[in-house]
Parts: sequence; C-alpha cells; structure tokens
Amino acid sequence: MSEQKLQSQTVQTTGHAWDGDLQEYNNPLPAWWVYTFYVTVIFAIVYWVIYPSWPFGKGWVGGVSNITYVNSAGETKTHSWNTRALLMEDLNKAATAQKPYFDKVAAMSYEQVAKDPDMSGFILSSGKALFADNCAPCHQAGGQGVVGFFPNLTDDDWLYGGSFDKIHETITGGRRGYMPSFGEVLSGGQIDQLANYVASLSGIGHDAAKAAAGNTLFHSETAACYYCHGVDAKGRKEIGAPNLTDNIWLWAGVPSAENPEGKVAAIRSVITSGLNKGVMPAWAGRLSPEQIKVLTVYVHELGGGQ
Amino acid sequence: MNLNFKHEWIETNIGLLAVLTMLAISVGGLVEIAPLFFIDKTIEKVDGVRPYTPLEQRGRDIYQREGCYLCHSQMIRPFRDEKLRYGHYSLAAESQYDHPFQWGSKRTGPDLARVGGKYSNEWHVQHLTAPRSMVPESVMPNYPWLRTTPLDTSDVAERMKALRKVGVPYSLTQAEYDANVKKFGETVAKQLHIPNAQQSLIEQANFGNYDGDRSGISEMDALVAYLQVLGTMVDFSKYKDDAFVDDR
Repeated sequence: MSEQKLQSQTVQTTGHAWDGDLQEYNNPLPAWWVYTFYVTVIFAIVYWVIYPSWPFGKGWVGGVSNITYVNSAGETKTHSWNTRALLMEDLNKAATAQKPYFDKVAAMSYEQVAKDPDMSGFILSSGKALFADNCAPCHQAGGQGVVGFFPNLTDDDWLYGGSFDKIHETITGGRRGYMPSFGEVLSGGQIDQLANYVASLSGIGHDAAKAAAGNTLFHSETAACYYCHGVDAKGRKEIGAPNLTDNIWLWAGVPSAENPEGKVAAIRSVITSGLNKGVMPAWAGRLSPEQIKVLTVYVHELGGGQ
Repeated sequence: MNLNFKHEWIETNIGLLAVLTMLAISVGGLVEIAPLFFIDKTIEKVDGVRPYTPLEQRGRDIYQREGCYLCHSQMIRPFRDEKLRYGHYSLAAESQYDHPFQWGSKRTGPDLARVGGKYSNEWHVQHLTAPRSMVPESVMPNYPWLRTTPLDTSDVAERMKALRKVGVPYSLTQAEYDANVKKFGETVAKQLHIPNAQQSLIEQANFGNYDGDRSGISEMDALVAYLQVLGTMVDFSKYKDDAFVDDR
C-alpha cells in the first residue's frame, strides 16, 4: 500500500512509461547539493578577483593580490600574484634567515671558518646537503670516490692540491685530467719495465731487474715520465700529475687486483692506453660564491685538508 | 530560447547528445589552451635557445626509445627546493623546439632539465652502463647496449625533415639557411642544415668523443651529447633573477 502511495501521490514521475509500466522519478536535487553548487560559484568569482584568471587581449587579468620581493639588483618590486613572484618571496625569506651565517662565511677567512665552533655546525649541515646534491654522484656520499673514476677526497693525497685555495680553484673552475697513451710509443717490454718500477715505488711485489730498467726509462727522454710525475715520482700538483710513491691509486685498479702480477698489469694498462678523463665540471655558474666557500671548507674538513 | 525546450529531445537523440557533449567538453580545453596562442608572454623572450644538433636530436630519440621520461621529468618548477637542487626553473622557451616536450609528471629519478654540464661525459657513460657503480642506492636499470650499439646515422636527415614539418627551424633551402645564420649564428646554422646533417653529426661525435671510445659512433655518444646540452642553452647570468616573473 505504501509503495502505491509513493508512486501515485508524493513523488512526481517524468510522465513517460517504458514497456508499459516502467516509470522514472523526477525528484528535485537535494538541498545540500544545490547550496554547495552555489558556494562553488561564489568561490570561483572571489578567486577570479584575487588571483590571475581570465585571458584579456594579449595578457590576462592579474588579480588584486600582490607579492613584494627584492630582486638580485636590489630593486624592491611589487607584482601581481604568480608562482614565479612567490618563489622570489620565498628566496628572499630564506636569504634573510641564512644571511647572518653567509655574511659571516663571506667575511671570514677559510681558516677562521674551519676553526670557529659556531660556524662548523652550519658548514657541516649546509655543506653536507650541497655535497650530496652536487658532489656525491661522482665522489660518493662519504667522499671516498671510485677507483678508476673519481678521486677519494677523504685521504691526504691531492692531485691538484689540498689547501683551501686549491680546493676552491678546483670547485670553481673544474679540472681535466690527461695522460698520453704510451702503447704506440713504447714497446710492450718497456711498458712492463715501467709498470714494475711504478709498483716498486709503492712497495708492491715486482721484478727487481725490470724495475731497475724501468727506473732508467722513467727518467729518460724516451718515456719522459718525469716531465709530469717529477724526478722523485711524487707528482706535480700544478698539472694534476699524481704522486706514484704513496700506494694510493686512482686510475689503475691496483687495490682490487688479487696478486702482484695483477697489480702490475693494472698499472701497465694505464701506461698503455693513457688517460683522457678525470673531468670535473666547473661549478662557478651553478653555485653561489658563498656556497662554493661552504663546500670548500666541507671538502677540506673531510679528512685530508692541507 | 524556445520555452517549449525539453531535455528529452537531447536524451532521446543520440547524435545530438554526442555533438552537444563534445561541445561542452571542448569549452574547457578551448578556454585554457586557445588564449596561449594570443598572449604574447607565453614563450619568454630569451637568448640562446636553439634546435638540437643532429647528434643531440638522435640522442633525444634514444632517450625516448628507452623510456627515460617514465622516470625522469624535464621541468623544474618555481619552488625554492627545486631551485636549490636543480637550478633555475624551466622556461617555456627552453622546450619550444621539443616535439614532444619531455616535461613529465613523475620523478622516480631526478629531474634532468638542467643536467647538462653537471657531470662529466665519463660519469654519464659509466652511470648509464651500470648506475649502481656510481650511485649505490640507485634503482635505475642498466643500459649496457648503448655503448656497444653503433648509432644509425643514415636516416638523420629524414628525421629532421619530419621535425621541420612540425615547426622546428631546420633548414632545407638556402633561404632558410640564411635565416638561421641570422637567428642562431653561422656555427649553429651549419649544424641545423639538413643536407649536411649526417656529416655534421659525425663531426660533432668525433670531436666530442662523448663515450670515450674513438673507434666509432655509438648510441652512447648521441645520448650523452643530448644529456650534456640539457638546460645549458640559456645563460641565466645575463638576466636578473626576476627577469621572467612578468611572463606569468
């Protein structure tokens, strides 16, 4: 009975019947839905007024909300709201918060920054973030490097020098390693002698007779190794030629070789094919001078700073 | 409006319903997209952006073939954290010659919009071959075949012709070449000239030796050449840091 009452009295139908008795209710929309709809319309109109919205001619309606910021030229500007102006405001806020620290970094010498306990916390935290973003892909998270590719920054062996100034120079301008290949200039026997000599410098098992011949060759005009690596084979930092006497290996896979023969072979392969790698990108355009200074101190403090 | 209008007319006429539905939906698209063709600040006016050289363009093809865009975006948004990590936010102008653009919306790996110059060629070669040898926590797949697969350079001119059809100013005629010399300078214009495409590709690959192997031109050469140019065309040091605020 109640169903009949519903259909016939309280609810209207669309008036059409399908298949004889199928009818469709024609209820009004729920009140909550209708009011929510009106609210969204009002919200949209308010939004148009406040924020950039409608295209207009060759531009658009900017909206009444403004953002004020200071740009790199020191000019204070007010611009209608947009994400790029918002970014400027965000950067201004961050710069203001960090200013006391960066001003201190800029004013102090490297030695002062490194020794100031107040600053070391700042250097550690901001330097760590900078290092992770920019340096860790090559030099690894802890600065330990990868043998055969990228130098270890935690030891006291430096290709180009481990002083604050030299580290700064390296980060700013980048580096490019180079060693000519001797495969076509020297015979296999000669390269073997040189490899044995280089191995002997680091106390790796070698053939003494070959090493002695290699010593002569190293200091001769035929191979002329001493031009770059120095008469004492301790390298020349001005050109990034490594010290060959400290048993620290960057290019030759000596540490991973299991026996002395393998270690000598690893050295041989570098002498034979030479190196045209060891490229470090320049960071001058990418990082600010203050950031480079922070990184310089951070890298210096990784362990091997001189 | 006809006061006798009844929505039954639409509901009982499937053809009319389809047409009106399409009209209603296209309003949304038209209102958002059409004005961009009339607003004069849609593409920022900025110096340095040029079409990719033949070698870079082939690298871009490989980038798409290997699906790099599935994990890497090329769109630095104007947020402080993104600026600190990736650099200046991306400009519309910087992808004006990209067909299709590689903005992306998903980052499993980092954004690559300004990866050019950030790492050495050697790093890229090693990282693409075996990512975990460079970044231990990486989940990127290995792409060892790039280094061993020779780059097919034979069809580069055809590929450039196709891009020319969608508006990339690669030159086919002397007049177009002259226009490019004016716009991009002679060095660049030569590389954008389709009749020389294969030759300039080989020259750039041999000169750059991106994969560190001089014995031939591999797909690695092309991909690294492409990666190394990403985001480097505009010299932002020439502009104030708010130079592009007005454009949005």
